[in-house]
Amino acid sequence: MRPILMKGHERPLTFLKYNRDGDLLFSCAKDHTPTVWFADNGERLGTYRGHNGAVWTCDVSRDSMRLITGSADQTVKLWNVETGAQLFTFNFDSPARSVDFSVGDKLAVITTDPFMELTSAIHVKRIARDPSQQTAESALVIKGPQGRINRAIWGPLNRTIISAGEDAIVRIWDSETGKLLKESDKETGHKKTVTSLSKAVDGSHFVTGSLDKSAKLWDSRTLTLIKTYLTERPVNAVTMSPLLDHVVLGGGQDASHVTTTDHRAGKFEAKFYDKILQEEIGGVKGHFGPINALAFNPDGKSFSSGGEDGYVRLHHFDPDYFNVKI
Amino acid sequence: MVIDAAPQPNKVRWGELEEDDTEDLDFLLPPPQVIGPDDNGIKKVIEYKFNDDGDKVKITTTTRVRKLANARLSKRAVERRSWPKFGDAIHEDVGSRLTMVSTEEILIERPRAHGSKAEETNTVGGDSLAQLTKGGAVLMVCRTCGKKGDHWTSRCPYKDLAPQPEAFIDKPTASDPTAAASVTKGAYVPPSMRAGADRSSGTDMRRRNEENAVRVSNLSEDTHEADLRELFSRFGQLTRVYVAIDHKTGLSRGFGYVNFVNREDAERAISKLNGYGYDSLILQVEWSTPRPN
Repeated sequence: MRPILMKGHERPLTFLKYNRDGDLLFSCAKDHTPTVWFADNGERLGTYRGHNGAVWTCDVSRDSMRLITGSADQTVKLWNVETGAQLFTFNFDSPARSVDFSVGDKLAVITTDPFMELTSAIHVKRIARDPSQQTAESALVIKGPQGRINRAIWGPLNRTIISAGEDAIVRIWDSETGKLLKESDKETGHKKTVTSLSKAVDGSHFVTGSLDKSAKLWDSRTLTLIKTYLTERPVNAVTMSPLLDHVVLGGGQDASHVTTTDHRAGKFEAKFYDKILQEEIGGVKGHFGPINALAFNPDGKSFSSGGEDGYVRLHHFDPDYFNVKI
Repeated sequence: MVIDAAPQPNKVRWGELEEDDTEDLDFLLPPPQVIGPDDNGIKKVIEYKFNDDGDKVKITTTTRVRKLANARLSKRAVERRSWPKFGDAIHEDVGSRLTMVSTEEILIERPRAHGSKAEETNTVGGDSLAQLTKGGAVLMVCRTCGKKGDHWTSRCPYKDLAPQPEAFIDKPTASDPTAAASVTKGAYVPPSMRAGADRSSGTDMRRRNEENAVRVSNLSEDTHEADLRELFSRFGQLTRVYVAIDHKTGLSRGFGYVNFVNREDAERAISKLNGYGYDSLILQVEWSTPRPN
């Protein structure tokens, strides 16, 4: 396959997200403007100007009308996807690390970093259908985990919130009361910072990637560890194919070591693993730096990766990918 | 192929007139014609032009317009396609080249050869390699990192980290005056011929490839290494399976080599498979003859 290279960002990529129809791809980077691309040919549709810091994360509503972005400028912004207009700004006292719309798009979960003696927190905000009625108050604030919470997503039926971060523990919270329901086991769980978390299309399970050079597959309800994928590099990004039983891991050594080592030793490929057999299927090379973000098109026929090198690479699979056998 | 059938703008700039050597006879030519696309998607574009000798040339370009079969897009997605650009994308220079198609063909690299199972090799027969390893003689020595009995060279996890072979640098050492002398003369000496080089290794490598090698010819184009492995592995353990591939077409050239661990297995394979009908062709299996050089 010949990947499409998109060089719209000046700085390392941080997050990638497809809309539900799979025709738009949203990219966030450490430069201040999230960008939307057509997911088929990689043409740039527009940029969302307004943030004043690195944009760590984004999510798009199911109808592809609203975009929510979280940034290091201590704000979370709602945008009109079509025009790039800012609709609302949530102000926080610390950088926002992760955002996720609930099923139905009526709620959003936002995590904020520990900053200036503030601890990290998970905020739940109500999202009004009409942006003029939007309020800034939180429906729920959860505090407790030490260190940064790198990712928080909604569990099945919006009943729970699944979070993971620097303390390497995956937690499930009650989204109504904020009570801690389940915690991953220290023995079987990750040993180092969990960098990424991505759920399956049906939400029944999710996969976490960690700097301990592994990715783990968990049941969304019971938080039982189902599978572990071992690799030889820290994992920065994980995603799952919606079509085949494939898990994709992206990573590479820490950005600060990139210039000191040979690029061949950097392991900057996106690695495909069989979800069930936990065996490596193959690797897709191309980035000059570690992969920070991965996203699968909802149709399962293409995926994109964003790297520390500032490029988004959009890969449309060759037909033979769909009948790879182990 | 995209051919612009739109009529040229009437405004002619003087600069272009000067440069055009072909005179202004273009108006003598019939206008370009576009036929189709018809039911089969065949589109014909007929153009006329003068060639260098001043003769009129008719150029017919036939293209097939294909609709992507799986391009099912939701109504909303089609609508979004026509959304106007916004933000920085409005004033995007044509030359900015934000989106490019990679010039490099990227393949999904399999961690091991396609279709060959690593575990499969030691299931057949007497498992002689494994026995040897168990018997105390360490066969498995990694040439990259020097670790014994852990992995083969090709699987070395430290492969990427290994220093480049320093043979080319040719550092003259004090204990090796001949080598130093040859360097000063400036004549190239292959690494294997240099003083102090391990002469055995090079020839060793070649011999290894020819050991118990069986040449298989008259293969069909669809026969891959995995098929050959499947066919021959029932006779005994294989060390190498190779099918010659034409670099231009990517198709099999119709022959290949199979190396056996044991000579008896190879003999049996030749006696059984020579003249064997495989994929509508009759296989020719024989001992591989070493190259004349």
